[in-house]
Amino acid sequence: MKKRDPDLLLFHAPLLRQGMTTPSAMRDVVWALMPATAASMWFFGISAVLVLSSCIAGAVLAEWLFATKETRGESLRDSSGIVTGLLLGLTLPPGLPLWMGFLGGFVGIALGKVIWGGLGHNLFNPALLGRAFLQATFPIAMTTWVPATGEAGFFAVYPGNLALPFMQVSVDAMSSATPLGLMKFEQVVTPLSDLAFGKINGSLGETSGVALLLGGVYLWLRRDLDWRIPVSILATVILFSACLGLFDAERFPTPWFSVFSGGLLLGAIYMATDPVTSPVTPRGAWIFGIGVGVLVMLIRVFGGLPEGVMYAILLMNSATPLIDRYTQPRVFGRGAESP
Amino acid sequence: MKALGLLRRSFEHGVHPAHHKGQTADLPIQRVPFGSHYVMPLGQHTGVPAKAVVATGERVDRGQLIAEPGGFVSTALHSPVTGVVTDVGNHRDVDGRFAPAIAIEADAFATQAVDPKNAVDWQSLSLDEFISAVQMAGIVGLGGAAFPAHVKLSVPDGVRIRHLLINGAECEPYLTTDHRLMLERPEALLEGAEIMRQKLGAEETVIGVEMNKPDAIGVLRKHIQRGQPVRVVPLKVKYPQGAEKMMIKSVFGKEVPAGQLPRDVGVNVNNVGTIVAIADYFLRGMPLIERVVTVAGPGVTYPANLVVPLGTPVRDVVKFCGGLKPGSREIIMGGPMMGRPVASLDVPILKGCSGILVFTEKETARRREYPCISCGRCLEACPYFLNPSRLARLSRSRMFDEMKELNVFDCVECGSCTFACPSNIPIVQLIRTAKDDLMHRREPDA
Repeated sequence: MKKRDPDLLLFHAPLLRQGMTTPSAMRDVVWALMPATAASMWFFGISAVLVLSSCIAGAVLAEWLFATKETRGESLRDSSGIVTGLLLGLTLPPGLPLWMGFLGGFVGIALGKVIWGGLGHNLFNPALLGRAFLQATFPIAMTTWVPATGEAGFFAVYPGNLALPFMQVSVDAMSSATPLGLMKFEQVVTPLSDLAFGKINGSLGETSGVALLLGGVYLWLRRDLDWRIPVSILATVILFSACLGLFDAERFPTPWFSVFSGGLLLGAIYMATDPVTSPVTPRGAWIFGIGVGVLVMLIRVFGGLPEGVMYAILLMNSATPLIDRYTQPRVFGRGAESP
Repeated sequence: MKALGLLRRSFEHGVHPAHHKGQTADLPIQRVPFGSHYVMPLGQHTGVPAKAVVATGERVDRGQLIAEPGGFVSTALHSPVTGVVTDVGNHRDVDGRFAPAIAIEADAFATQAVDPKNAVDWQSLSLDEFISAVQMAGIVGLGGAAFPAHVKLSVPDGVRIRHLLINGAECEPYLTTDHRLMLERPEALLEGAEIMRQKLGAEETVIGVEMNKPDAIGVLRKHIQRGQPVRVVPLKVKYPQGAEKMMIKSVFGKEVPAGQLPRDVGVNVNNVGTIVAIADYFLRGMPLIERVVTVAGPGVTYPANLVVPLGTPVRDVVKFCGGLKPGSREIIMGGPMMGRPVASLDVPILKGCSGILVFTEKETARRREYPCISCGRCLEACPYFLNPSRLARLSRSRMFDEMKELNVFDCVECGSCTFACPSNIPIVQLIRTAKDDLMHRREPDA
């Protein structure tokens, strides 16, 4: 008997692919955030784990709840919900009630991603949208900064964490101001070494600049991040504060203080670089980064808030489609730039 | 200064697929034994199909004209074997559709020799005579697109060709036909180059070779005689280095304007195989009746570089290489980035077939597609600086006219965008769909 030929497929070329996939890029972000997560656990103990987990749980639940039957597996498999939850958690105060963290994660995914059409279609960074929601809804809890656990040990839980949903939190914990708050409202300057290694008050992820940079380098090596965005944000902030320093070195922060304080590194490396909500064109990335840097400094120096990274990125997110449209690269062999 | 020059020897953007050339790079070219059945499709390239000049039952010699050009953008066909025409009708083309073709049954007792008396004295030919000789020899670009070679030689008045650029990049993974030709037939390559250069009136010949073929660069340099106006230029290993406009950019630093041709910047680009075919015709009297094919890929038992008579069924070629391994699922004619899938093992080897690549279940497994996350990798891959992600999105919504404004017709379908996409979006396939629709759309009645 004649041997049958194999049934040939007719997939069109190219048959080859580079190895990376979208879920693996998402997992890279999770890995890159591990040093910062570890640092937050070092400083804030078990509370860090609890807050981060509650945010991730809220985000993943929203992904699951709002997915159709067909896409349910997809949205969980691509790990993007975990990235959103983790990023959101790292921007929150360590003593935040857990139910608020959960709600933030849920709202971030629901309003920040699902209603836009899911992964890849959203205009705003979902983690930051979740944080903006919490900031607007629970302003007191969101600005109550507890100091590191210190002697109390790893398993000491901040009392605020365990507040029941929708109950008034009795803030009797020793609360203190962040370096930016100290700077803005009390003119106290925190030493740079504390800023870089994390001996400061602040949100879970913003306390250790070195851990954040470490993850950024990893993402850059894996080619998961457009280096132009963090570089242009940080360069703009440094330049801006250097210029301010020329006017009044006493009143305005030094460039290095500006870079290492607050959520700037977290925002510049992990949030502004979210591919979905930042421009795809190289020139667009520069414009986007410079815009974020300028807005951060304007809000920090002239605004009513000590910190402005969140609003700066969200504002520039909204300009992303426009930036992309007007920064298309010149096509090979064509003189004039096409809009 | 020289080191700087070497660093610059490339175009911008592009991708870096794994080479996969180790399977066949060191294997000398062998000849496939003659089989029994041959099919020569009349249309083997863009342009007009050839017109058959033989009838069923007629006896033909190897190298004998069997179809004449059907127009200017059309080339002649010659019998790949001595035998009998069994049918002038419709036969399976590469994609499985029926297309006009001439079927020939080989004479098992013929010597299958080509009469060297057919050689043409090229020096006495005028340029126009030379061009029509190339057309009658059936010579097309052997790199893959199979564009008729004589069309590129016809230069309008006022345009002067200064450089003959020979494309030895072979940037497609797996393929090693040009590599082997440069190693084994450098004299023929240089002879063909000299014929072309003199006929074009070009000042010099430049041979561009990717730097992953240092042996080929060495052999060519050794064969170039002192004073001969030939240069070998090593090029950065990057896909698509062998796309002609990219190679012109790499070698001369010039951008061919969109919608124009290499001749408009004074360059004529030809593949290594094409130049060897020119030498074989004008010096040895052999029209294009056979070509070098790389048979490789994970599904091939014994990979090889083979001289295959045109019209040989893929089945015979694969059989000569030990057959398909179990689990083979797809056969690509050409390279893995731009080649065409083969519909059946009975499909014939065409003039433009640089490779027969067999892939298994592993490489053809369905890849889960994810939403576009605007990562920009396709923009950084596109050698034409297009916005593939946007084009793919527009194609999905069938907004083809908007794609025209985004210069979709500048796309050469090199596939770098699809290769680079982490979401496994079939970007170049979507672009091809749109281009196809736009090109074949009937103009609305005025």
